[in-house]
Amino acid sequence: MSVENLSMAKAINLGLRQSLLADSKVLLMGEDIGPLGGVFRVTEGLHAEFGDKRVLDTPLAESGIVGTAIGLAMRGYRPVCEIQFDGFIFPAFDQITTQLAKLTSRHHGSLTMPVVIRVPFGGHIGAVEHHQESPEAYFAHTPGLRVVSPSNPHDAYWMIQESIASNDPVLFFEPKSRYWPKGDVDTAESGSPLHATRVVREGTEVTLVGYGPMVAMLLQAADIAASEGTSVEVIDLRSISPIDYEPIIASVQKTGRLVVAHEAPGFVSVGSEIAATVTERAFYSLEAPVLRVAGFDTPFPPAKLETAYLPDADRILEAVDRAMAY
Amino acid sequence: MSYTAATVQLLTTEGTLVTSDATAEYLPYIEKLSDDQLRDFHRQMVVIRRFDLDAANLQRQGQLAMWIPSLGQEAAQVGSGFAAKPQDHIFPSYREHVIARIRGVDLMRIIEMLRGLSHGGWDPKEHNNFHLYTLVLGSQTLHATGYAMGVQLDGATATGNPDTDEAVIVYFGDGSTSQGDVSESLVFAASYQTPQVFFLQNNQWAISVPVARQSRTPLYLRPGGFGIPGVQIDGNDVLASYAVTTANLDTARSGGGPGFIEALTYRMGAHTTSDDPTKYRDAVELEFWTKADPITRYEKFLRSRGEGDAFFADVEAEASDLTADIRRRTLALGGVPVSDMFDNVYSEPHPLMDAERTWLENYEASFEGGPA
Repeated sequence: MSVENLSMAKAINLGLRQSLLADSKVLLMGEDIGPLGGVFRVTEGLHAEFGDKRVLDTPLAESGIVGTAIGLAMRGYRPVCEIQFDGFIFPAFDQITTQLAKLTSRHHGSLTMPVVIRVPFGGHIGAVEHHQESPEAYFAHTPGLRVVSPSNPHDAYWMIQESIASNDPVLFFEPKSRYWPKGDVDTAESGSPLHATRVVREGTEVTLVGYGPMVAMLLQAADIAASEGTSVEVIDLRSISPIDYEPIIASVQKTGRLVVAHEAPGFVSVGSEIAATVTERAFYSLEAPVLRVAGFDTPFPPAKLETAYLPDADRILEAVDRAMAY
Repeated sequence: MSYTAATVQLLTTEGTLVTSDATAEYLPYIEKLSDDQLRDFHRQMVVIRRFDLDAANLQRQGQLAMWIPSLGQEAAQVGSGFAAKPQDHIFPSYREHVIARIRGVDLMRIIEMLRGLSHGGWDPKEHNNFHLYTLVLGSQTLHATGYAMGVQLDGATATGNPDTDEAVIVYFGDGSTSQGDVSESLVFAASYQTPQVFFLQNNQWAISVPVARQSRTPLYLRPGGFGIPGVQIDGNDVLASYAVTTANLDTARSGGGPGFIEALTYRMGAHTTSDDPTKYRDAVELEFWTKADPITRYEKFLRSRGEGDAFFADVEAEASDLTADIRRRTLALGGVPVSDMFDNVYSEPHPLMDAERTWLENYEASFEGGPA
């Protein structure tokens, strides 16, 4: 066992480095990812170590980045694209949904599309419009894509490498608000496969499910609930598409109550999907309706309003109380 | 709508070669062609035109959901298609049926697409690097540029060996030039100096909208702003298409960077069989382009070189055989197993695909007389 205490940004950096070392076909491409190391410094030092042919500063055009990554993948490369901010992925939406997601199917399986798209996402950083959004549901809705989001440095270190090793396209959502807190990273063993859901805190009365930036919030809520006498189980989804339901169903069969939380708006959301599926598969175990705690169905507001917009521990606890009241 | 002073033309509509300062750099490419190669140009143009007309008939007879005609664009496609070397990579749009044929794709693959049996499905690696059709306008230009970046990273180009150095050619139309992806691919191609040729077939119409609505300037001038040289050719002249594309591919494969060709041609038929060009085009224009027909002038050229009736009869016979064969095989086409739709959505196991496939199988089996 080899454990290091790292920030998530550094853990992803080391994961990218491992992938670059392991496979000469792995390339990084994106805006400002070269000498600058990306606006969040996630690729810091990699251009210096691997050079222009492995770490490509691209023109400022997201459709161009993903479209050329597709061509590179057709040639046998494994491109890892960085989209600078969540709200800037939309110029690439067409290439991602009409091409990247469908090319393996269109080729009847003779072509694989090992492309990773890294997307720093989510709020709590006080930024301007288009810099705090959570667009993951658009991609989870698209057949042919895989969508994951780590919540901690250890998972980030391993999940980025597993995403790069995947022969299918992976949207890799990095929670910006979790880039800097440090955590233990076991660089010897991952512990879970890429698409496995994980129980991160055991409890008996209510199950909380979230991913990415929300997991830390759920754990905080669970602490408060415990101090108030309610035992809460917390599940880190890790993979948004596909969803590994077994641990969620098992947990709900134990607790009888489920609250799903994310920063993205709640309407037609990942939370809606989980609520529907759990209701189908664990109906007789439920003591209360599945509840969602989500961003409001408004555009992401100006930063001074973001704490009112984003779910926090209090809003999660309000939902826990409602679930417990049934 | 017609040619300009800048248009490179090697063969007049009367079938005579143009010898001038403007053509001097391109004629040597034609002089190197053997008689058989020159005959092949004609053979491919005639055969694909007959195929194309009969495929449209198959649609009218209810055998195809739609047909996408290439009528009138044979010279642009045959010339540039033959200019690509075996090691080159071709990214078509969706109308380049004859280039598919030249690169060894069974035309039934295209028939099957338009009958609703597949979305393409051939493996480019097994079909002389002829990639799948792309129906979203301009998307393939970025794939081609990315592919060319990969060729470059592999060191598979600009080594000085024209028999192995690879280049990429991508096809698109006048409507697509308004798409952002085409501009972005020009940016990336110029920035990385990719070994590729942009081949624009300006067939004058994007369904019902004339090219004047896409661009106020001739389209061959547009790449100049990106730092990529552009040239305009008579796209109904198979020799110009061959020679200018060969020259551009040679430049690309030798490390000279990307090039851009605007081939002036005309979509003699409809955009697809769902379209009705009589609602928006006038007869004068059609008459102009009928006189500029690629096959008529090329037949005159071959006859002036002494080609006799036997050859032309032989080509007609080949065209008849092919269309009869395609018709017979089209009528014999079966269906597709429903489980196929789940098979290649992902290349690695996926629980949702497994669950939905199993559900559908059980559902189908639940009907009386259904599969057990």
